[in-house]
Amino acid sequence: MLNVLIEPLQYGFMQRSLFMAIVVGIICAVVGSYLMVQRLALLGDAISHSVLPGLAIAFILDINIFIGAFIAGLISTVCINIIRNNSKIKEDAAMGIVFSAFFALGITLITVVQKENKIDLNHFLFGNILGVSFSEVRDTLFIASFVLLIVFFFYKELLFYTFDKLGAESVGLPVNLLDTGLMILIGLTIVASLKAVGVILVLSLLITPPSTAYLLVNRLNQVMLVGVFVGVISSISGMYLSYYFNLPSGPAIVLVATTLFILSFLFSPSQGLITGYFRLKFNQ
Amino acid sequence: MTNSDCLKVENLTVNYRQVEALRNITFHVAPKRVTGIIGPNGAGKSTMIKAMLGLIPYQFGSILFHSQPLIQQRQYIAYVPQRSQIDWTYPATVWDVVMMGRVKKTGWLKPFSVMSRVIAKNTLEKVGMSDFCHRPIGELSGGQQQRVFLARSLAQEADIFFFDEPFAGVDQKTEAIIFNIFRELANQGKIVVVVNHDLGESINNFDDLILLNKTLIAWGNKEEVLQEENLYNAYSGKVSFFSHNSKFVA
Repeated sequence: MLNVLIEPLQYGFMQRSLFMAIVVGIICAVVGSYLMVQRLALLGDAISHSVLPGLAIAFILDINIFIGAFIAGLISTVCINIIRNNSKIKEDAAMGIVFSAFFALGITLITVVQKENKIDLNHFLFGNILGVSFSEVRDTLFIASFVLLIVFFFYKELLFYTFDKLGAESVGLPVNLLDTGLMILIGLTIVASLKAVGVILVLSLLITPPSTAYLLVNRLNQVMLVGVFVGVISSISGMYLSYYFNLPSGPAIVLVATTLFILSFLFSPSQGLITGYFRLKFNQ
Repeated sequence: MTNSDCLKVENLTVNYRQVEALRNITFHVAPKRVTGIIGPNGAGKSTMIKAMLGLIPYQFGSILFHSQPLIQQRQYIAYVPQRSQIDWTYPATVWDVVMMGRVKKTGWLKPFSVMSRVIAKNTLEKVGMSDFCHRPIGELSGGQQQRVFLARSLAQEADIFFFDEPFAGVDQKTEAIIFNIFRELANQGKIVVVVNHDLGESINNFDDLILLNKTLIAWGNKEEVLQEENLYNAYSGKVSFFSHNSKFVA
């Protein structure tokens, strides 16, 4: 049994990718908790799709892809706000317009440049965690530490703001700053996760573990902690499944996370579908 | 009513999404009295509170406390929003919500002090919610949720209290507890402003009233405000009051 766990670790690429998956599992669960409680799951999807042209342009100009992706994510959020604030178009429609446009632009750019640059569109869409380099692990670790420190130090303010925006503003908390700060954390987290799961599946790591936890516990910090546990378990199991059964890593991680969600959905002591049925039956 | 301890609203005009919501409103709110803001649906009662707190912009006018703009003195303000503006499925306990009242006093990068915890405990006791400390807010009744928010505002140790529709959907016991606390706050010299939709018996618990319908219809003590003519102007003749043993009945 122990052998099964140790065997993949003799390869340097597996050590790096497993470590990467764990780090990404942690920050996605923490930052995704804020997305979930604010009902902003769609925004996570919008930002992750919007970073694609940034990745492509970063490749063409040979700058750090993290920077390119982050700038593209930022521009897309600004575009969404401009459309929403200056027309009758509602926020969800604005998101739909902007993120699909950015996504299309990204795919076009990458397809045009991929032949001479020896890059693969699929790696952007679905991640390429097995090909992760030492410097990419280092960058991700750096972003993750920053994100976790910010959440730790501003936890009480962010809790107040995400629960009751008017109340937070009335006591003089800088709500615009908190809002921008949260958006930046979300952007950074998505960018840091791209290598692991790609732009399409990153939403799953952001939303599924916190949702799983939300059905089990009742406080935001507990949602984060249980979410991190779910995220890390999904990352590790997904990587091992992918190693032994030759499955694509990103989708394997997502499928494990989804399985854990289904278990929570059915068997959560307080909220579960099946536990609820039995509670009802025995109380009669 | 001209002393500087009053909260003074002068010539307040608010346009909300290009529609004029409030025009040229002037009134004073005195400390030591429980002041109700009343008026029909869509009269701009909540809009006025939000404008006074700086939560929505206003086009013209001034809101002064101690001769200074009110929004520069947020440390003295406690505000309880309408229950409908809160997501009650949020993963937070009663304790989490009450401690939010201590966030600003605690300051950035610092954990809550022992004093803050003691204050939060005391305010929960005051509203009769101590036993619910660790319960998720979503599992409470409407009245209990309102009492938790009242506890949060008390924990802020403010001088000016704003409550937006605190009696919407609450039980009789909660209404009595809330009015007792309003009276207590007023007796301590605080300013208490309450948006109240209901014109029922509870109106007798207020000292002063501000009657609104886009413009100011009347303000002052409740006997002066609850005149047939004022109510006719505000409600277009749909409500009449009968004074009975100095109690008002709609």
